[in-house]
Amino acid sequence: MRDNRWMRVVVLTVYILFALIPLYWMLSISLRTNEETMSAFAIWPHQVTFDNYKVIFTDPSWYWGYLNSIIYVLMNTVMSVLVALPAAYAFSRYRFLGDKHMFFWLLTNRMTPPAVFLLPFFQLYSSVGLMDTYIAVALAHMLFNVPLAVWILEGFMSGVPREIDETAYIDGYTFPAFFVKIFLPLIKSGVGVTAFFCFMFSWVELLLARTLTTVNAKPIAAVMTRTVSAAGMDWGVLSAAGVLTIVPGALVIYFVRNYIAKGFAMGRV
Amino acid sequence: MARIEFQNLAHAYAPNPATLDDYALQPMNMVWEDGGAYALLGPSGCGKSTLLNIVSGLVKPSEGKVLFNGRDITAMSARERNIAQVFQFPVIYDTMSVFDNLAFPLRNRKLPARDVNQRVHEVAEILDMTRELQRKANNLSADAKQKISLGRGLVRKDVAAILFDEPLTVIDPHMKWVLRRQLKKIHQQLKLTLIYVTHDQVEALTFADEVVVMTNGLVVQKGGPEALFLRPDHAFVGYFIGSPGMNLCPVDLDADGLKIGTQHLQLDPHTLDALKRANGTLTLGIRPEFVRVVDESQSGAVKAHVLRVQQLGNYQLVTAQCDGHVFRAKVEPHLRVGEGAVWLKLAVPETVFFSNDERIAR
Amino acid sequence: MSKPVNQKAWLLVVPVFICVAFSAILPLMTVVNYSVQDIISPTQHVFVGTEWFRAIINDDDLRGALGRQIIFSACVLLFEIPLGVGLALAMPASGWRASASLVVLAMPLLIPWNVVGTIWQIFGRPDIGLLGYALNRAGIEYNYTASPAAAWITVLVMDIWHWTPLVALLCYAGLRAIPDAFYQAAEIDGASRFAVFRYIELPKMRGVLMIAVLLRFMDSFMIYTEPFVLTGGGPGDSTTFLSQYLTQKAVGQFDLGPAAAFSLIYFLIILLLCFILYNWMERVGKGGPATAATTLPGTEVSAEALTPVDTGDAHAR
Repeated sequence: MRDNRWMRVVVLTVYILFALIPLYWMLSISLRTNEETMSAFAIWPHQVTFDNYKVIFTDPSWYWGYLNSIIYVLMNTVMSVLVALPAAYAFSRYRFLGDKHMFFWLLTNRMTPPAVFLLPFFQLYSSVGLMDTYIAVALAHMLFNVPLAVWILEGFMSGVPREIDETAYIDGYTFPAFFVKIFLPLIKSGVGVTAFFCFMFSWVELLLARTLTTVNAKPIAAVMTRTVSAAGMDWGVLSAAGVLTIVPGALVIYFVRNYIAKGFAMGRV
Repeated sequence: MARIEFQNLAHAYAPNPATLDDYALQPMNMVWEDGGAYALLGPSGCGKSTLLNIVSGLVKPSEGKVLFNGRDITAMSARERNIAQVFQFPVIYDTMSVFDNLAFPLRNRKLPARDVNQRVHEVAEILDMTRELQRKANNLSADAKQKISLGRGLVRKDVAAILFDEPLTVIDPHMKWVLRRQLKKIHQQLKLTLIYVTHDQVEALTFADEVVVMTNGLVVQKGGPEALFLRPDHAFVGYFIGSPGMNLCPVDLDADGLKIGTQHLQLDPHTLDALKRANGTLTLGIRPEFVRVVDESQSGAVKAHVLRVQQLGNYQLVTAQCDGHVFRAKVEPHLRVGEGAVWLKLAVPETVFFSNDERIAR
Repeated sequence: MSKPVNQKAWLLVVPVFICVAFSAILPLMTVVNYSVQDIISPTQHVFVGTEWFRAIINDDDLRGALGRQIIFSACVLLFEIPLGVGLALAMPASGWRASASLVVLAMPLLIPWNVVGTIWQIFGRPDIGLLGYALNRAGIEYNYTASPAAAWITVLVMDIWHWTPLVALLCYAGLRAIPDAFYQAAEIDGASRFAVFRYIELPKMRGVLMIAVLLRFMDSFMIYTEPFVLTGGGPGDSTTFLSQYLTQKAVGQFDLGPAAAFSLIYFLIILLLCFILYNWMERVGKGGPATAATTLPGTEVSAEALTPVDTGDAHAR
């Protein structure tokens, strides 16, 4: 397994270049004025300017956009994962009436573009007085995140043989203790990746979030659609916003990295 | 089949170990004879799995050498050493049939198909799995899968040793007995060198000819079950082996015997001399099997207060306290043991004394 | 290895059911309701039965869009799945390099989709875009607004850039769930690197692979924002995929009835295709949820292995 190391390095390098080049371009555009961008091609910005970032950081609707997004996305991530864990366990460990149908039905909730639900959601959330709240968006996003979470977690849970559960009960563990101390660590890469995906899909979801919010909970993605004006596309600000939208998610995956990757392996003798 | 030897073998995770505590495995020399059945016994975290992985080549020791039949193979990879390892949980190739699983190591060595076929059938016969050969390996029970894991090791005729890392952990309790018997049978039949890691002393003592007891990275004793039971070299061995383990009680010397708390325990002069010559903290060790509960004061007995008597079928377990030190004794099922004061005869031939936890020979 | 029947397990599923039903069933009922009505005004609804459905099915342009969509989704799967698997295999298992790879991998996924389209627009433009300019300078004629082939390739590459990390992350997580002992046993058995992939890694990635395939299929089949922002569906209608086509027809005319009907048809198409794909994969892989626990991101780990085993410096994977 050592001799293909060069191949892995090549694959990784090529891919990282592929991933980073458009990102570099986005960064580069964000550091130029629109005039410079539109006038002629240049690999590096002639004059680096932070004006685009200034716009974002000084305009309250911009940075509130970030905050709003972060809040409801984190809410959604936590809720989705918490609700999905017991359900995934049930699907993984037991057979019950309608289990296969229920499982597939969950998946079907991801099979329609959320646009379909725009109007009904609008009516629903207005009628219960939840418009323009964080909880409304967090709940609405559970529509597609909970099925995904259940699906991924179930897969990882099913990979842990039931003998583990049984051995734990014989050893005297209660169910909560077993679940937290033994089971979860065994599926931690699944939990990590689920948490990240819930974060990510909620973070980028634009339509529902924009529809259900007006002012107080307006997400960043919605704010960014205001960058098209009579003067044309505000490439600079849009790119800067794009750069900044990466940051929270990058932090999230950095925090769950030890769940997803092997992390520090401890000796067990 | 190989004779395995350790020369100044030690393992530390940190680059420059300063004290003995820095070692995961403290420096040792050891010989494992060809064809012997050995157990590595110790509590979780004592270093036994690390030791096993050093033998198999999955871990390179930070110091010392490993020799197979006199050859230094410390630098060799696991594949080159030609050992087999059975893990805690069944490791099988679940897309393959049982036959293909067993054939895998041979096919990787490019053996001709006819030899592969013959050898697989031989091993399946030994493992009593001939009927399952065409079945998908994935659909079998855990114990069958462990047998397949074992079979992949047996299938190579020239396998140097077979190493087991707590292989019965996920097996049903009743199947454990069946598998243990089969393992013993295979050992007698094939005369392979077997090293079996476990934290279960029953497994170790029934399986192995010699047991290596470890704690905290240190090998404390290597010997047969009887030696471990009757003459533990280390207090830990006394404590770990036996169910319940040895009674261990710190003692002090006085004029013609020992003091346990305020009680005086008479000793014979020969023993007393040996104890006097030893430097270090003294501990008395006596197995519950050898503690005699008597009604009245005798030489070599101390007074104790009975805390509890448990009926356990073919014996009673008496727990008694002597000046703050708790002793357990196994006595006959029909013996009437009073609730109050009794006398425990502790100075018997089987009693062992430790100085700084190491046995004082006498 | 069959699972015990336990109807009380429903209790564990109830929270999920409530959340999703609240989000899904009520709105869905509304959609079904609208799909069979002509909503002339908010107060005037006329029941028209299957009129909208028939209109859609008889629409020729729909077939074109559907065909393009199917080809697109097929290409997406063809490229992204192997690439994602390869990436997951290439990434280190631990250490700072693993963390760095994970962060780089995550970045394209985190950008809102309209911004993705915008970036690729300004990346691909022949006059001021890095890619467009470079290609044209190198002698390759490239203009995604003029040439359907260029538009297609650009949209495809954009999708690959955007979404391969999803496949890679899933597969990577699945790989990390494989206990070391399997690799160790393979080493002892003398297995080649390819054999390890074929007999250990691939089977144990079956679960995550199924999720990745279905997810990418669904999402690519519903793709809207990125190609719309990048090419607007053009040149002509060469990159007009299904959702854009339906949105044009329905929303463009701002008619709720046909819109709802289109949504339902769309949903049913995806449902049908997913159902087929799902059952086919389940049969091929014998994996799948709510069935006897077979292989999936497979581990058979003992309760004592609470922390991963360190076998020292034996394996650089």
